Amino acid sequence: MSDIYLDHAATTPLRPEVLEAMLPYLSLEFGNPSSVYGAGRRGHQALDQARDTVSRLLRAKSEEIIFTSGGSEGANLAIKGVAWAYQNKGKHIITSAIEHHAVLDTVLWLKQKGFEATILPVDADGLVSPKQVQAALRDDTILVSIMHANNEVGTLQPISEIGAIVREHGAFFHTDAVQTAGILDLDVNELNVDLLSLSAHKFYGPKGVGALYVRKGVRIDSLIHGGAQEKRRRAGTENVAGIVGLAKAFELAQEEREEATRHLVQLRDQLLEGLQTIPHTKINGSLKQRLPNNVNVCFQFIEGESLLLNLDLRGIAASSGSACTSGSLDPSHVLLAMGLSHEIAHGSLRLTLGRDNTREQVNYVLQEIPEIIERLRAMSPLYHA
Amino acid sequence: MYSEKVMDHFTNPRNVGEIADADGIGEVGNARCGDIMKLWIKVEDGIIQDVKFKTFGCGAAIATSSVITEMAIGKTLEEAEDITNQSVASELDGLPPLKMHCSNLAADALRAAIEDYRKKHAITA
Repeated sequence: MSDIYLDHAATTPLRPEVLEAMLPYLSLEFGNPSSVYGAGRRGHQALDQARDTVSRLLRAKSEEIIFTSGGSEGANLAIKGVAWAYQNKGKHIITSAIEHHAVLDTVLWLKQKGFEATILPVDADGLVSPKQVQAALRDDTILVSIMHANNEVGTLQPISEIGAIVREHGAFFHTDAVQTAGILDLDVNELNVDLLSLSAHKFYGPKGVGALYVRKGVRIDSLIHGGAQEKRRRAGTENVAGIVGLAKAFELAQEEREEATRHLVQLRDQLLEGLQTIPHTKINGSLKQRLPNNVNVCFQFIEGESLLLNLDLRGIAASSGSACTSGSLDPSHVLLAMGLSHEIAHGSLRLTLGRDNTREQVNYVLQEIPEIIERLRAMSPLYHA
Repeated sequence: MYSEKVMDHFTNPRNVGEIADADGIGEVGNARCGDIMKLWIKVEDGIIQDVKFKTFGCGAAIATSSVITEMAIGKTLEEAEDITNQSVASELDGLPPLKMHCSNLAADALRAAIEDYRKKHAITA
């Protein structure tokens, strides 16, 4: 069997239709969108169109969309941007313990710069409680940032509910929607968000491009200075081809969303069911409030990297929250925040499905994983059969 | 990221298992950081006759455990004690920098097993 890619939460392949839409702007239509002549105007037109598409899909206004270099820049711009712009109003920020590091590290950096932060815990299912958000709000709270779906365990947070609470209080609300954009329908009004960041390469678009929604009336300070692009909020000549690709990929994802969801849920449930038959296995994250394409499990007595290497040898690409794969000495901060022990968290496996995965592939994976687990356990001093 | 030798020992680990009547047992590492190595040694006339291992850990942890069993068998206790984590890594054509500290414990495990042997047999070095 040819290689099986089960790491769509990390990145996705570029769709051929998206590449095709991008190609003119990588060759003949190379003009700088800020130039007055024809080539420049055509580039500008392409940007306008892309902005219209993205804003329509988010039910936003086109002037509320800022194109960025991706999810990390979006989160940085949202959080630092609001923090700097509103620091005279207050210096308190609320976020959760399971955020992506693009959010968490940004908040911690602001803390070093004199801001205050409340990092909310999550329950054993990996969910943030709106009540805890309510309780953490202070008079000087300027921003709350809670991710829409967690990138490791796939839990869907009650964003709409949290957003209503934050708005009622008079603070701003950012959601990192990198894992949900292109998978769920995103309506910024229903979600009650003031800022929302997304990244194209998670939904079959190109890498290095993203978008940040900023509700009209919300001020943000720029991170990058030096030009009038993006209404002076993000300087630098626009990545025209990337932005066109983002819009095209986002549009395709939205058109095919319902069918794609059915397909993903079917494969996900097949995986969950199959993996649960392996002894000493724990499914991580809420089974109800969950992305349609995420499977995250811990196999006791084994370590994640050795599992990934074995999977790779059998042509299966996946990821893990073990320390070895995070490049640090600690396993996933998400699994630890959910109350798992270090030992168990080291044995986590994340499988994230995509549009090209098939039933046959899932069958193959379910046939290979138990063999690998058994082999590694036989080698483990922690396992006593 | 891993050398061919590491992948060879990872995919075909030598001397996996336990020695029921081992003369010395060494265990190092902890589950918190994700690596635990346990080595069993059989000693005769001051020479290591057999080594078996069980390891919970990443690719580097398993490969270093495997290769040290080959390095140690046939050596005197003194020679075996001279094996360092660095020489284990060299025997595998090197390890990624991050792994040098966290998953390169095999020599420590072997020395722990030898120490255990000496304690049990009341021989001082």
